[in-house]
Amino acid sequence: MTNKEKESKNNKSSISVFFDEVSRSSWLVPILAIFSGLLVGGLIVMFTTDEMYILIGDGQIFEGLSLGFRAMVDSFVALFTGSFGSPTKIIAALQSGDDLLIRRAFNPFLESFVASTPYIFAGLAVALGFKTGLFNIGAEGQLFMGAIFSVWVGFAVKGLPAIIHIPLALLAGALGGAIWGFIPGWLKAKTGAHEVINTIMMNYVAFRLSEYLLRGPLMRPETFTPVSPMILESAELPRFFESPIRFHLGFFIALFVAWLVYWFMFKTKWGFDLRTVGANPRAAKYAGMNIVRSTILAMVLSGALAGLAGANEVLGVNHNLALAFSSGYGFDAIALALLGKSHPFGVVLSAILFGFLRNGAIRMQIVGIPVDIITIIQAMVIIFIAAPAIVRSIYRLKEPKESDEQTFVTSWGAN
Amino acid sequence: MTNVLELKGITKRFPGVLANDNIDLTLKKGEIHALLGENGAGKSTLMNILYGLYQPNEGEIFIDGEKKIINSPLDSIKAGVGMVHQHFMLIPVFTVTENVMLGDEKLRGGVFLDRKVVAKRILELSQQYNLDVDPDAYVRDLSVGVQQRVEIIKLLYREAKVLIFDEPTAVLTPQEADGLFEVMNNLLDKGKSIIFITHKLKEVLKASDRITVIRQGKVVGSTVPEEADEEKLASMMVGRPVMLNVDKDPSNPKDVVLDVQNLNVLDDRSQLAVDNVSFQVREGEILGIAGVQGNGQTQLVESLTGLRENFAGDIFLLGNKVTDESPRKITEFGSAHIPEDRQRDGLVLNYSITDNLALNTYYLDPFSVGAILQEEIMKKSAEELIEKFDIRTPNAETTAGSLSGGNQQKVIVAREFSRPTKFIVASQPTRGLDVGSIEYIHARLIEKRDAGTAVLLVSSELDEVMQLADRIAVMYRGEIVDVLDAKDATKDLVGLIMAGVNPAEAKEMVKVE
Repeated sequence: MTNKEKESKNNKSSISVFFDEVSRSSWLVPILAIFSGLLVGGLIVMFTTDEMYILIGDGQIFEGLSLGFRAMVDSFVALFTGSFGSPTKIIAALQSGDDLLIRRAFNPFLESFVASTPYIFAGLAVALGFKTGLFNIGAEGQLFMGAIFSVWVGFAVKGLPAIIHIPLALLAGALGGAIWGFIPGWLKAKTGAHEVINTIMMNYVAFRLSEYLLRGPLMRPETFTPVSPMILESAELPRFFESPIRFHLGFFIALFVAWLVYWFMFKTKWGFDLRTVGANPRAAKYAGMNIVRSTILAMVLSGALAGLAGANEVLGVNHNLALAFSSGYGFDAIALALLGKSHPFGVVLSAILFGFLRNGAIRMQIVGIPVDIITIIQAMVIIFIAAPAIVRSIYRLKEPKESDEQTFVTSWGAN
Repeated sequence: MTNVLELKGITKRFPGVLANDNIDLTLKKGEIHALLGENGAGKSTLMNILYGLYQPNEGEIFIDGEKKIINSPLDSIKAGVGMVHQHFMLIPVFTVTENVMLGDEKLRGGVFLDRKVVAKRILELSQQYNLDVDPDAYVRDLSVGVQQRVEIIKLLYREAKVLIFDEPTAVLTPQEADGLFEVMNNLLDKGKSIIFITHKLKEVLKASDRITVIRQGKVVGSTVPEEADEEKLASMMVGRPVMLNVDKDPSNPKDVVLDVQNLNVLDDRSQLAVDNVSFQVREGEILGIAGVQGNGQTQLVESLTGLRENFAGDIFLLGNKVTDESPRKITEFGSAHIPEDRQRDGLVLNYSITDNLALNTYYLDPFSVGAILQEEIMKKSAEELIEKFDIRTPNAETTAGSLSGGNQQKVIVAREFSRPTKFIVASQPTRGLDVGSIEYIHARLIEKRDAGTAVLLVSSELDEVMQLADRIAVMYRGEIVDVLDAKDATKDLVGLIMAGVNPAEAKEMVKVE
C-alpha cells in the first residue's frame, strides 16, 4: 500500500469516526426531535386543510395535494415571519429610514425573546427540581404566587427609587414562589407525601387565590374588572426601545439567573448535595447528605425561580396582574426542561425555542392556522425527546456511549 | 460416551468487544462439565447463546450430533437444553405446581388449568431424582435450597437433557451445596448431562468431571480435576500466578472500638431483623460475621452506619454513643463503610470517578473553600488515588458506571481507606468480583487491620470469612448464635451453625465425624 492510499484510508476512518461520534452525541437527538416535531406538525396542517379534500374528492388529486402542501409551506412561512420578522419588511423599513417602521419590522424578533424570558425562569425552576429528583409540576402555581407578591410590592410600596423598587419587587416574587414551593417540599421531606400530587393541588389553590384577590383586595379601585392596579413606574423593568417593542431587562436577568443556577448546582457544595440526592438518593444518604434538607431546599429554590417568572411578566410586560395571565408558562416549562436535559444552558436554549414558537404561533393564527398546531408541534417535540429510542430508530443513530441518558425523576414509585 | 452437546467455533462480537472468540466446547452424555472463568470472561455470553438469548456471529451448535439453530429460549428448551438461573425465576405466591406449569400450561377442556396431572408428574420426578419437593407447597414457604430444586424440576418437566447451572451455590450454605451436588449426581445417573458455571475453585474440583477455563473470550485450557489444583485453576483464570491464601500474621487486638449492646433492628416490613445482638470489635482485629444471606446482616450493617433506625439497644464507637446518629456524624467519628450493594449505595454511577472519590469529603477543606467546590484539588486528589489504588480507568473524569465491577469496588475502597479511619465495616466486599480483585481487596483489609483499625467483615462467602477473620460471629435469624475463635472454626462447624443447628450440638456433631 502506498503512503497516499494509507492516508486516504486513515482519512476515511477518521471521517467515519467523526460520524460515529456525532451519531452518538446526546445533542443530536433534541435537534432531530425538533425537526421531526416541525415536520409532523406541518403534515398535520396539510392533512387538516379542508380544501385539499374537496379537490381530491373532485378527482383533482394532484391539485389537492399541492394545495395542502402549499398550506404547510404557508404555515412555516408564517411561523418564521412571526418569530423572526419578515425579511422584506425589514429591508423596506431600513431603506425608508423611518424609526417607527424599523421598530415594527424588528418587533417580532425581539418579541420572541420577550416570550422566552418567563420560559427561562420557569424552565430553570423545573430543571432544578429534576436535578434533585423532584418533579415540580407546581411551577404554574408558584408563578402565580410570584406575580401576586411582586404586583403588590409594585403598586403598594410607594416612594422608592427604581434601583431599590425593582429588586424588591423581584425578590417579593421569588419569595411568593418560594413559599409555594416550600409547602410541598416540606410535606415530601417530612411525611413522604408525593410532590407531584401536592404541587398539582397547590396550583389550584394558587389559581383560585389569585381570582379571589383580584376580585377583592387587589382589585383596581375605580373598576369592576378583576385586574390589579398598575404598578408604579419605579417598579417597571426598563425597556430598551420605544413602543411597540417590549423587549426589557428581564431577558438579561434571566440569563444571569441561569448562570447563577449553573454555578450553584455545579460549583458549590450545596449544589453537589442536591445533584447527588437527585442522581442516587441512597448513595446520598450513605455519603451523609441530609435528604430532608436537600428536598426542602430544592423545592424552595425551584419555587423561587418560578416566582421570578411571574414577577418578570408583571414587572416587565403587563405592568399589572389580570386573571389567567400566564397561559401555561409553568406547564410548558416541564417540557422545555426535559428538552434542555435539565441543564441551565440547555434550558436557556430550549426556552428561546419555545419563545420563538409561541410568538410565531400568533402570526400563524393570522393566516388562519389554529394556534393549537403550535401546541401539537411542541407536544411532538416532547414525545420525540422523551422517547429517544424513537428518534434513534427513525434516524438509525447508535446507542449513546455511556449511560448518559439521564433519569429525570427517581422518586416516582422508586421508593 | 457420546457427545450430547457440541459448540464449534462460537464467536460473538459486541461493539468494541470480542465476547467469545472461536470457542469449542463439548459435553459428553452423563458428565458434569465445569465452565470456569472470571466475571466478564465470556461464560454468560456463551451460555446465553446456547440458551437462545444471543445469536453467535460465527460457529455452530450441535445437539445429539444434529446441527441446531437456536433463536430463542423456546428453541433451546425444545432442543433439550435448560438453565437453572442464579436468580431463581419463580413466583413466590404461586404453588410449586403452578410455577412448574407456567409457560407450558396443561389445560382441561381447553380452558381450565389441569393442576392435578402436573402435580402427579412433579411427584414422579421428585421421587425419581430424589428431590423431595411438595407440588402443593407455596414457593414463598420453601427454603432457598428447595426453591432451587423446583427450578430443576421445571427443567426435568420440560424433558431437558442438558442442564446448565449458573453459579448455583452462591445462595446456599455449604451443607445445602453438598445436597445440590448429590442431586446433580442423581441427574447424571438418570442420563442427564450438566454444564456447571462457577468461579468457586473448590467446588469445581469436588463436583465436576471435566473443566474448561475461559479467559477474555477464549478457551485457555481444559483439564480434569485429578490433574488440577486450586492454584493451577486460578492462574489459568487470571493469566498470572495468584495468591489464593491470605497471608496474615496473628492478630493483635487492643482497645475496643465498636461496642454493640442489645441491639434490635427492624426491617422494612417492621419485622425484627436483628434480635438482641451484642458484640465488640477491637483495634487490630477482624470480626467476621458469617451467615446465609438474609439473616439480618444487612440491617445490622445499616444500623451501625446510621442508615437505619434502631428499635432498641445502643452502639458505641470509640466510647461515643452513636445510636441513631446520622451517617455523616458516624463517618466523622472515623468510621468507613464498604456497602453491600456498591452500585446502589456506594456510588453515583453517572458521576465521574473524581466526584465519587470525594462523595463523603467534598464539603470539607480542602475540597470546599466556603461553599465553593475546588475542582482542581478534587481532581488532583482523585488522580493520586487512582494511581495508589490501581484503579483501571482512562482518566479521572470517566463515569463510575462505565468501570468494571472490580474497579468500581476499588473506587469505593480508595475513598473509604484513604481517610483516617478507626473502624471499617466491609459488607460483601468481594461479591461478584474476579479473583484478582478479591486478592487485592483482601490484602487491603489485612493491611488496615495490621495498622490498628477495627474491621467488621460481613460476608455470605464462608471461605472469605474463614480466611480473613480473627473471630467469627455466626448470624442466624437475626441473632448472633455463637462467636468462635478463627482457629477453632472449621467450615463444617460454621456451616452447621449457619444452618440453625444449636452451636453446642454442632460442636458434638463435628467431633463425632
